[in-house]
Amino acid sequence: MTVATIPAPAFAIETFRLDNGLRVVLAPDPGAPVVGVAVVYDVGMRSEPEGRTGFAHLFEHMMFQGSHNVGKAEHMRHVQSAGGTFNGSTHIDYTDYFNLLPANGLELALFLEADRMRGPAITAENLENQVSVVKEEIRVNVLNRPYGGFPWLKLPPVMFDTFPNAHDGYGSFDDLEAATVEEAQAFFDAYYPASNAVLSVAGDFEPAAARALVEKHFGDVAARPAPVLPSFAEPDLDEERRESYVDERATLPAVAMAWRTPDPVTELTGFLPYVVLGELLTDGDASRLVERLVHRDRTATAVAAHATFMAEPFASRGPTALLIQAFLPPTGDADTVMAGVGEELARVADGLDEAELGRVKARVAAQLLRGDDSVMGRSRRLATAEVFHGDARYATRFATLLGEVTAESVARAAATLTPNRRAVIEVVPGGNQ
Amino acid sequence: MSTAVPALSPEVPLALPTPVERALPNGLSVTLVRRPGVPLAEVRLSIPAAHADLAVADLLAAALFSGTESSTMTQIAQRLQGVGGSLGAGADPDRIAASGNCLASGLGELLDVLGELLTAADYPEGPLGVERSRMIDGLSVAEQQPEFQVSRALDARLWGEHPYGHQQPTAAEVAAVEREAVRALHASRLHPTGARLIIVGDIDPDATWAAIEKSLSSWNGVGEPRHMEPLPQPAPGPIVLADRPGSVQSAIRVAYPAVARTHADNAAQHLANLIYGGYFTSRLVMNLRESKGYGYSPRSRVDHSPAGSVQLTSVDVATEVTAPALAEVVAELRGMAENPPDEAELDLARRYALGSVKLATATQAGIANYTSALASCGLPLSWLAEHSERLRAVTPTDIKRVAAERMSPEGAVTVILGDGSHVTAPLSEIAEIEVL
Repeated sequence: MTVATIPAPAFAIETFRLDNGLRVVLAPDPGAPVVGVAVVYDVGMRSEPEGRTGFAHLFEHMMFQGSHNVGKAEHMRHVQSAGGTFNGSTHIDYTDYFNLLPANGLELALFLEADRMRGPAITAENLENQVSVVKEEIRVNVLNRPYGGFPWLKLPPVMFDTFPNAHDGYGSFDDLEAATVEEAQAFFDAYYPASNAVLSVAGDFEPAAARALVEKHFGDVAARPAPVLPSFAEPDLDEERRESYVDERATLPAVAMAWRTPDPVTELTGFLPYVVLGELLTDGDASRLVERLVHRDRTATAVAAHATFMAEPFASRGPTALLIQAFLPPTGDADTVMAGVGEELARVADGLDEAELGRVKARVAAQLLRGDDSVMGRSRRLATAEVFHGDARYATRFATLLGEVTAESVARAAATLTPNRRAVIEVVPGGNQ
Repeated sequence: MSTAVPALSPEVPLALPTPVERALPNGLSVTLVRRPGVPLAEVRLSIPAAHADLAVADLLAAALFSGTESSTMTQIAQRLQGVGGSLGAGADPDRIAASGNCLASGLGELLDVLGELLTAADYPEGPLGVERSRMIDGLSVAEQQPEFQVSRALDARLWGEHPYGHQQPTAAEVAAVEREAVRALHASRLHPTGARLIIVGDIDPDATWAAIEKSLSSWNGVGEPRHMEPLPQPAPGPIVLADRPGSVQSAIRVAYPAVARTHADNAAQHLANLIYGGYFTSRLVMNLRESKGYGYSPRSRVDHSPAGSVQLTSVDVATEVTAPALAEVVAELRGMAENPPDEAELDLARRYALGSVKLATATQAGIANYTSALASCGLPLSWLAEHSERLRAVTPTDIKRVAAERMSPEGAVTVILGDGSHVTAPLSEIAEIEVL
């Protein structure tokens, strides 16, 4: 059997900081005549105010509604007229805005991002329009489909007690409809200073020229102090928590389990074995749980494990979890699945051989590299590495760090996933029975 | 204070890689593209399968990795995993396709696995049974998804008895598939004649060719060449309403025939589609999303398949605005000929289209996917450069003509999936309805 050596991506990374506190990452790569431009703000769903669930995401929409020199819908028009694409996304711990353009659009993208970093143009009319759009987004992604929000929206309220960790980050319609222009301005003032952001540029450009353009467009964005990140800490569970709900559109029972992990940032070394463990358990037909539950016992029809709620182990803070989710055959039983998971975790805790570990690491490395195939993906990953790990260069080191994870540490991680620390959410199918 | 939006620097020319085209003596066409970047390789294999039984082909694709005469499913999976690889397979009315990727240094191993699967997949009864059950369970979930439900209704309404009219098997059809049927389909149809292998990545074409010769030369057999007949002309008629009780949104789909990539009007059609609903700055998105707030992602696209092309508007809206949203879709469609774009509106779409080609071919996966999609219509990657030149030549007059000839609500087939108890009455006031 061949086990490939794990390569590291080879592109230069330059970082600097402007006087207003904006951190900048440049990763030149002339491979294709395109550039990725990402701005990551260090604010996510965890920071939205009580009574305003979904506000971080709604605010992300408002950042596309115009700014000082850019009218409504003009951001999109400018990027698209340069042949580019754009989007934004709101996560538990961050919000990012990203653009991919032919290389001659670099200055345009920098101008547009700088303009809205000075402040979006928030009007009551635009806010009302985007509340409607967000409600349709939630209907598409959560309310009108089977298993909507499972498990990423359904498990945190079981596992956590405090509002930042437990609430629905997509938001309730009542909270969204109650949002005001003043609240949006206050949210911008608190969380969107340059000093709370990272700008990242990857692709085909000259670093010196790009640096000059960054200084030209972002240099006069006002300096404002960054917010102090509060602690979101909560105690670990000491006894199992388990809930269930009926999903009228679901046809199969499903169950998700989660256990708290070490902090992905402050306890990175302790956290990495959980990332490897997730892959070992469910990546491909050779993985422990797919082989056991899907193919041997036939107690599950699909199973997946991942570290952190949105499966982004290197763009998350604590408290967070390792999740295992399974879809069951129509007559399946969640307790049987959980017992099988427990037995397999105990087997891993007893030790694993280096050949299996080597294969899993090769697969993890290939998946990380695939994220670097596009300069847009690369710019986003560099920016989140700078935000969460204080150095964009971490983005190129995760494969190596995961390669250093030992069999013993993975076994120890598996041993911590005991029933008494577990949060469980079950989906009871109500659909077309 | 107002600051001018910076002008673009001079346009960067499209830089397409030059593929290496070869063929094995057994008939397999091979396209190799060296595209350094990340040290990975993307692999796409497409085998023609027109008129294969859909349920059998789907189960074959799902169980292709379940074991061979000499390897178990686990051994196959471990070999792929060891080179950071994954392979998957799927079937549609035209082909059975496998695709995947791996660390470039492990490409030889992945090709060895692929060769073993193609020549010796055994579909053992136990694992095959697991895949059959998983497909049935998966279909029960898919059948609750509005996108799946409305696509099934639209395909049937558009194409009737043509194979494109039934693209997803039913659970009962899957349940009836026996191992011998899968093995027989493999024996009769999984042959290199007419098949195409595409590999894109940080590869050395000569070494890759040698690895392909080693791994895939023994793949052989006599296939039964069959051809897919062209799509029939869709027959416009009443709006088809597929009832989905309790649905909080309605899925509106409006489809009408389009010309193929090789048609003289294709470039104009491409730009007309963008202007109407093919990108964010389009009329449809600005109206339905940014002005009215009816939907999250209204859109229009042109689908090019081997049997024909179709233009499709997709809008998912809150139940209570179903009728007004449909009226807006119809108005925007009609507006393409009645209120055709001026030079500025056209040029914006043109610049987006030209840039999109550059973006889509900037990654290994993008080149692999584009090469594969074009090859299925008999076109090389270099067609993108020719198409880009044709995009530059399109005039507003061309758009108006193409819109008038084809983008008319009268020639369209409309299917709406929604809560019939709420949407039937309002829709009946604006159009003739046929309830499924």
